Amino acid sequence: MFTYTLRRLFFAIPTLLVISFVIFALLDLAPNDPTGDLPLTIPPEVREQIRASLGLDQPFLIRYMKWLQQFFINEPLNIFESLTGWQFGDGERMRVLSWATRSPVVDLIVQRLPQTLWVVGLAYLFGILIAIPIGVISAYKQYSIFDQIGTFISMVGYSVPTFFTGVLLIVIFSSYLQWFPSVYDTNLRVTDFASFMAQMKQMVMPVAVLALYNASQITRFVRASMLDNLHQDYVRTARAKGVKERAVLLVHVLRNSLIPVVTVIALGVPTIFSGAIITEQIFRVNGLGQLLITAVQGADMPLVQTLTFIFAVLIVLFNLIADVLYGILDPRIRYD
Amino acid sequence: MKNVKMLLAGTVAALALAGGTAHAERGTDGDLKILFWQAVSTLNPFLSAGTKEVLASSIVIEPLARTDEKGELTPWLASEIPTVENGGVAKDLLSMTWKLKPDVKWSDGTAFTAEDVIFTWKYCTTPDGGCAQRAQYEGVKNVEAVDPHTVRITFEEPKPYPYSAFVGPQSPVIQAAQFKDCLGTKAPGCTAANFGPIGTGAFMVTDFKPNDVITYKANPNYRDAAKPAFASITLKGGGDAASAARAVLETGEYDYAWNAQVEPEVLETMMAAGKGRLEISFGTQTERINLNWTNPDPALGAKRSTTEAGPHPALKDPAVRRALSLAIDRDIIVEAGYGKSGKPTCNIVPAPAAVASTKNDSWCLKQDLEAANKLLDDAGWVKGGDGIRAKDGVKLNFLYSTSTNSVRQATQELVKAMWAEIGVGAELRNASASVFFGGDPASPDTFQKFYSDVIMYTNNFDGTDPEKYLAEWLCDKMPGPANGWQGQNIPRYCNPEFDKLVGTLSKTADLEKRAELSKQLNDMLTEEGAHIPLVHRGDQSSFSVTLEGVKMNSWDSQVWNIADWSRKK
Amino acid sequence: MTDATIATTTPVTPTVASTPARSAFGDIWHQFRAHRGGVIGLGVFIFIVLAVFVGPYIHTVAPNALNIREKNQWPSLAHPFGTDNLGKDMLAQVLAGGRISLAVGFTAMLLALFLGTIVGLFSGYVRRLDGPLMRLTDLFLALPLLPLLLVVIMLFRDTLRGAFGPETGIFFLVVFVIGITSWMHTARIVRGDVLAIKSQEFVLAAKSSGMREYRIILRHILPNVLSSIMVSATLGIASAIITESALSFLGLGFPSDFPTWGRLLFDGANFLQLTPSRVLWPGLAISATVLSVNYIGDAIRDALDPRALKH
Repeated sequence: MFTYTLRRLFFAIPTLLVISFVIFALLDLAPNDPTGDLPLTIPPEVREQIRASLGLDQPFLIRYMKWLQQFFINEPLNIFESLTGWQFGDGERMRVLSWATRSPVVDLIVQRLPQTLWVVGLAYLFGILIAIPIGVISAYKQYSIFDQIGTFISMVGYSVPTFFTGVLLIVIFSSYLQWFPSVYDTNLRVTDFASFMAQMKQMVMPVAVLALYNASQITRFVRASMLDNLHQDYVRTARAKGVKERAVLLVHVLRNSLIPVVTVIALGVPTIFSGAIITEQIFRVNGLGQLLITAVQGADMPLVQTLTFIFAVLIVLFNLIADVLYGILDPRIRYD
Repeated sequence: MKNVKMLLAGTVAALALAGGTAHAERGTDGDLKILFWQAVSTLNPFLSAGTKEVLASSIVIEPLARTDEKGELTPWLASEIPTVENGGVAKDLLSMTWKLKPDVKWSDGTAFTAEDVIFTWKYCTTPDGGCAQRAQYEGVKNVEAVDPHTVRITFEEPKPYPYSAFVGPQSPVIQAAQFKDCLGTKAPGCTAANFGPIGTGAFMVTDFKPNDVITYKANPNYRDAAKPAFASITLKGGGDAASAARAVLETGEYDYAWNAQVEPEVLETMMAAGKGRLEISFGTQTERINLNWTNPDPALGAKRSTTEAGPHPALKDPAVRRALSLAIDRDIIVEAGYGKSGKPTCNIVPAPAAVASTKNDSWCLKQDLEAANKLLDDAGWVKGGDGIRAKDGVKLNFLYSTSTNSVRQATQELVKAMWAEIGVGAELRNASASVFFGGDPASPDTFQKFYSDVIMYTNNFDGTDPEKYLAEWLCDKMPGPANGWQGQNIPRYCNPEFDKLVGTLSKTADLEKRAELSKQLNDMLTEEGAHIPLVHRGDQSSFSVTLEGVKMNSWDSQVWNIADWSRKK
Repeated sequence: MTDATIATTTPVTPTVASTPARSAFGDIWHQFRAHRGGVIGLGVFIFIVLAVFVGPYIHTVAPNALNIREKNQWPSLAHPFGTDNLGKDMLAQVLAGGRISLAVGFTAMLLALFLGTIVGLFSGYVRRLDGPLMRLTDLFLALPLLPLLLVVIMLFRDTLRGAFGPETGIFFLVVFVIGITSWMHTARIVRGDVLAIKSQEFVLAAKSSGMREYRIILRHILPNVLSSIMVSATLGIASAIITESALSFLGLGFPSDFPTWGRLLFDGANFLQLTPSRVLWPGLAISATVLSVNYIGDAIRDALDPRALKH
């Protein structure tokens, strides 16, 4: 397993390079333009000059090489310098600059991480924590009232889109009841109990919307997979041997049912980083999802490229983690 | 009990009003909360000319003169508006002299001088800087200091309307000391300066989170010691127009939400909560349908929608162009999508009043299906079995495109239904705004490419003078492969007489004559059917009922007088 | 109607292929009928399909007929679901929208499921293919959706419109776009299951008995990953219907005067307080479809359970 992991990590490098090239080509091909947001009163000649100042007049390959250099050499050096205080050369390196804000992309991402982790990350965590027990009980007591209600809520939760549930919650809890704010305050610093409560209040609605959505999905896979395993021969054997029902369920069945669940969770964790575009927009959480969508709409290529690439790294990484976990969950799975 | 409280509150408010501004003090009204549904990406309007960036930066940095809510020029950092009469503008129209207010200080306490004005011009005109406001300095030959508080601008050729450089929120003065190392290609690298420009305005930036939230505080060195009333501003960005309006009108979390572009009945439901009001002002925005004068047939390949493709097989007929306009009920479009923030119009230059024509209102403002049908019948367009008119094998079936926006899609559907009544069919298409207005020559969906028969969007002009705007319909401004599809003459309208008249306008200095010429040009475009003007669109924003001193202004930044805003007590 | 038959039979075909057709199908139907939730789900689903395809002949109001004087109405006899802000009849719109949403939802889901299952089976079962196929999956997972859509639309819309006309052309495009961007989850999940199953005794036994590889896949592997596929299918329909609305909102899908459930819900969200029925019905329609498909899927899975079939 160890050599397998090493080999996979080694192969990840060319894979990621190919991915970064495909993304870059795709973004270059896409028909949106960084001057598209400007008022029509800005004349065409000026638009041309703006494009030139962004480097858009250079050939595609040169722009790609520049991004590679900025992202893989300049940015890491910069981080290293700020961590250690040492300086390499004159310290004047071109960083990856966003076209819309003209500020370093990495700084923007660092600025957005806290709210995304708070809201999207927490919602994902809650989603998993709710989904697994519900899935297990639903499968164990298949077609009981609990299972039926669980099925109903999760299917409705998954099929009603967040753009609707978000607005619904705002109308109920912000307009009528006035319990929670409809706008997320990213400047809020948690320093005492009052500010902690304020933070909780502003997180309730977006976290609830997202957690429902995530839990709906995961719980279906847990339930289905548990059902498959509950009928297996080894369960009967274990019961016949007099193993306690709880142990049968949690040790044998759950462990063997976790493979699809691990897959789904591993696929979901990187999406925390790409943010929750719609939910972040509705509640104005302004995390990475909002950063990505504004960048896409404004054709902010360096920002989209960098965000998507980091996302790709996480995907490759977490899929690798999932593969390693398969081997741990089921020792019969061998890759070598 | 409640009534007594309200009565008391009313009396207090009345007293506060009676007290007048003499007792007002800086920073006594707490935090002003502003919501922009499009987030602000930078505070340097020279690097990003989006409306949101211009508005947010206009709280901090100011121009020499602004246009007030009535459309009149008002001195701002200058002590008076230079004119030919007061000698500020030379008789030969080749130069003008601005006298600066003597006591203005930057928020860091240093003096505001002519050097800053000159630097601003240099900053924007240095090559390779990609300055988005370059057009404001068009024709400026030199900017020089006569003395520390007098600036002279010389022009390359006589400029009948010289109020463009350093006038309005698009052309504010930035501090020379702060930006001195940020010229040309170095401009984007000055992140700290771009995110926190030092200004002369009522507020200064304390924190800027790009595309998210800006915090300002009252400028301690502001020239009026009693202003601003608010101690700080929080300007949050992101989301959508409807929820932004909701946060002001219904939940009352915010004081001011910019651009409430939402269906009128939705806003009314929100206003029932009694927490906010809408304010509307009209500038020069006109929603119009452009008719394609060239042939967009896909079979023509690269030639489509250029003069080489030849005239449009159906729209070349003046009767068709006129009938399409006659069939439209503009009142219904306004009622469904705009409410009080729109007025039916038949002009492409709908304002200011001095240049707005009324000549075509008689035939064009009211829907006249009978006349439209008759026009088409007489021209030989006969209805076929599917109810669509045709002549010589050419069907009146149009591809109708626009940008994605719920009001525009509603308008599309309404117009399609109206045209169906005169036997004209339409296929609707919409493209995301960043593509539609993006101008990428590789994309078939940009409004410049105009790969459809009719296209709908809004355009306007900055300030109050329409000369540059009317010049967009010159023959040589047509987009095409030769200029990378970058022309502004979207309908591909071409009339030598029109070109000649624009030439006359650019040489006329007399304001009345200029207005007369503008009207003529405007009428020509409507009568010949270069486009169908639909709605004169206003700017509509929502404000908290507790906010006072707001003067909505479409000619300048909406927050132009934010120094005078205060909280009702 | 066609959609219903496709949906219920497709997952069955592989197993059918290896056993005498009639008896197996009859067996499955027998099992299916014993499943109460499945029968109710099938009933609801048939009702929705019938309503959407036959309904317009009973409620004959045109879905895109405007009447601005009757805008924003609450339900009445003339307009049982009320009207929208342009005075369009909501019932007619929900019915018309259902045709597109169901067609797009099912075909896109089937395409994604087909691609995902094939990729998952091969990379799980054939070790040589595992690396390349899974790296391809990583690539597709990493592609930014919106720019991808813009490019696809730019490259293919006009060609398809020319070949099939505006409606069918866009239909193919939308189905293709949704299918091609949503098969990756199914692929990863199927692969994970296959990896676990192929090392179990009964597969090893089949192998040593000299059974052909494709028969092992069809008889032993596929039935055992079916439950995960079913869940993917149910969730896939919901996301396809919603994704379609996002596409048309971006101007990448059907023209704006073509109602679909997702789009009706999206457009209605702002009118939530004014005319709640505008969002209630499309939302209910989507949920009911997904729920009924979920129960049908449950029943099919139970009916096909290899262990259950022995009895």
